[in-house]
Amino acid sequence: MSSSIAAPNKKKKYRSQKAAMRTSKIVSYILLVILSAIWIMPILWIVLQSFREEFRASGAYVGTVTTSFFPTHFGVKAYADLFTSDFNGLEYAFPRWIANTLLVSVCCCIISTFLVLSVAYCMSKLRFKLRKAFMNISMIIGLFPGFMSMIAIYFLLKSIGLTQNLFGLILAYSAGAGLGFQVSKGFFDVIPTSLVESAKLDGCTNFKIFWKIILPLSKPIIIYTALMSFTGPWMDFIFAQVILGNANPELWTVSVGLYNMIFGPQADLNLFTRFAAGCVIVAIPIVSLFMFMQKYYVEGVTAGAVKG
Amino acid sequence: MAEAVAKKEKKPNPVGRFFKNIGLAIKNFFVNLGVGIKDRFVDFGKRFVDGSIGTKMSHFVLGAGNFYHHQWIKGFLYLALEVLFILFMVLCPEVNGTPYGWRSLGPEGIGLKGHDGTATKPGSDPVLMLLFGLVTIIAIIAFILLWLSSIKSSYKADLDVREGRKPTTFKQDLAALFDNKFHVLMLTPTCIAAVAFTILPTIFMISLAFTSYNQVDMNALGTKQFTWVGFENFGAVFTGVGSLGTEIKARFFPVLGWTFIWAVLATFTCYFGGILLALLINKKGIKLKKVWRTIFILTIAIPQFISLLTMRNLLDVNGPLNKILMDMHIINKEINFLGLGSDYKGGEFIPKLMIIIINMWIGIPYTMLMTSGILMNIPADLYEAATVDGASKTKMFFKITLPYVIFVTTPYLISSFIGNINSFNTIFLLTGGGPTITDGLTTYKAGGTDLLVTWLYKLTISEQMYNAGAVIGIFTFLITATITLITYRNSKAYKEEDTFQ
Repeated sequence: MSSSIAAPNKKKKYRSQKAAMRTSKIVSYILLVILSAIWIMPILWIVLQSFREEFRASGAYVGTVTTSFFPTHFGVKAYADLFTSDFNGLEYAFPRWIANTLLVSVCCCIISTFLVLSVAYCMSKLRFKLRKAFMNISMIIGLFPGFMSMIAIYFLLKSIGLTQNLFGLILAYSAGAGLGFQVSKGFFDVIPTSLVESAKLDGCTNFKIFWKIILPLSKPIIIYTALMSFTGPWMDFIFAQVILGNANPELWTVSVGLYNMIFGPQADLNLFTRFAAGCVIVAIPIVSLFMFMQKYYVEGVTAGAVKG
Repeated sequence: MAEAVAKKEKKPNPVGRFFKNIGLAIKNFFVNLGVGIKDRFVDFGKRFVDGSIGTKMSHFVLGAGNFYHHQWIKGFLYLALEVLFILFMVLCPEVNGTPYGWRSLGPEGIGLKGHDGTATKPGSDPVLMLLFGLVTIIAIIAFILLWLSSIKSSYKADLDVREGRKPTTFKQDLAALFDNKFHVLMLTPTCIAAVAFTILPTIFMISLAFTSYNQVDMNALGTKQFTWVGFENFGAVFTGVGSLGTEIKARFFPVLGWTFIWAVLATFTCYFGGILLALLINKKGIKLKKVWRTIFILTIAIPQFISLLTMRNLLDVNGPLNKILMDMHIINKEINFLGLGSDYKGGEFIPKLMIIIINMWIGIPYTMLMTSGILMNIPADLYEAATVDGASKTKMFFKITLPYVIFVTTPYLISSFIGNINSFNTIFLLTGGGPTITDGLTTYKAGGTDLLVTWLYKLTISEQMYNAGAVIGIFTFLITATITLITYRNSKAYKEEDTFQ
């Protein structure tokens, strides 16, 4: 590629290169637009459904059986009905489900964050007998499919009278949280051990090191852990359904309620627009939380990869 | 990286090494266990012989040694826990009936009612008997540990006195919990919670795999009792012999096969699709990178039960996609994409294909999100050197980009493979495991798209074939554990866990 040989052709070559680049750029943009449309369409559709204000001749809602992709009449009646109407005789079902979920997720968030951080700190910064054994056991236990022990947890809660009870659900969600310490441990590992050692030389106890040095440096991971355990109960519906039972709609969490609106024995397909409205209301906070903590999420998932 | 490849070639093949390692690990485990037990007994004997009268008493009355050394509060706590344990063993009625009952899971016949909640005599419900049997075993183990710790604490006080120090006060013990015993304070809540709600249930389910506990058997025999059957249930999966019947064998292998096909296809479509998408977005000269990325990330951010149920409705026979395709005259009859409904006769291929395609919709953005950062970290001089050498764009992709990304993301690839084996939501929310297979089999209903995990769910929740479900769960565990052990134990992240600080 010495310039003296290429000189006569330089201008022409440069121009053709530029053209090729422009073509590839245009192709890329077209591809991106098409792909984005494919990815956005289902989401757009469910949002549109929630604003659909059409009724059958009989006065009933239009359900999933729709006549067009875009609603012919826009309105917020589905939202209004969602908040005011009853579900199979349960008054104000949706606000109640929101309240239930909020209670469960706040409790889970507090308990899980505490457990996860305490275990992660021990595993990362303290050295003691059985440390490696604890880590191996927690990994092995984590490899059993969660649904396997679900029924056993149900029996266990039933034997102490905690099924059909939100407290039982909180226990079931947060009790095992401490075993999921790996992401936070990865974070603590990166905090220099020299900090801990010099604090020790100054006479700090391990508790003080944790409280005064490690925790203030760990805001991102605290936020990440808290948000992850907070959003969990909003997304799970299997565990909640098994523990809370089909017969008690007043105890359901939001996801169980929404699922049962259109599937299962109590489903009413005509409630589809209302279901869509519920989905939008649940999705908005969760999506915004996720967007906010995207960075931490990637760091958490790739933590193993970075080291590997 | 070339070095890494060369190193890899020198090592023996990973599978052979894996089994060698397993053998070694098992040998080491038992050798260490033997040495450990021997050491414990030596220590134990030494403490009994060498200890003061208080320590000797501690072998019978917990905390006696602490009282002897005037450690009143500590001694009282040990004593209280011992009393609590004795009360638990004597008074708890379910436990009371257990020691005999646990062996046979209930004396069959003798006028006992069972699992329907009308138990008239303690210890007659086999489920509770098994559960509380395990609770008792855990309580006994906990008590033994407590007992040893009481002796140890008393002996430590002996030594302190002998060497002219004062035995630690309760205040000092409490202070130690916040300093050099901080891990005890921090791990205790997790240990208690995890033993009760994770380890106990897991052991309970493993035990169920060795019993005859399923609703079908119990209804057929008109009994409410079940008992131990050894490895019969595991054998039934391979040979069709045993109380589980021949049908589980006919179901298991198709489900296992599809689980693997699904895991491989789902992992690789999403992985390479995600890398290509990340390349497209990160391409030089593409503007608004953040906007494009956000559009795709939306599908990750939305809770899966919402996005998947939306997809299910979108693809419904009467759903909008069929409607649009009909209006455009691309098709002239609605397609049942997901094979829903009991009257579906279209075979499993279309639902399976649709699930994989929809999974790409969910999964590609994940890989895109993960690999975006990695792509930007590929050293630019690699590409410059390649350009100087006259390499084409395609060649650069296959020789630089792809090897680099694969090298860095192997752990992610493995964890997503395991995640896909256990991918409950996708299957359950889209097809519910359907379409139904009509092959004359009446039990262990597995649909055409059921994975091991969704089948496990059906077996335990809807069919109440608890022992069969537990067996399937154990097989799933064995599969994922094998994959994890082979790959994870060889990874740097595991080997250098301690050094990365």
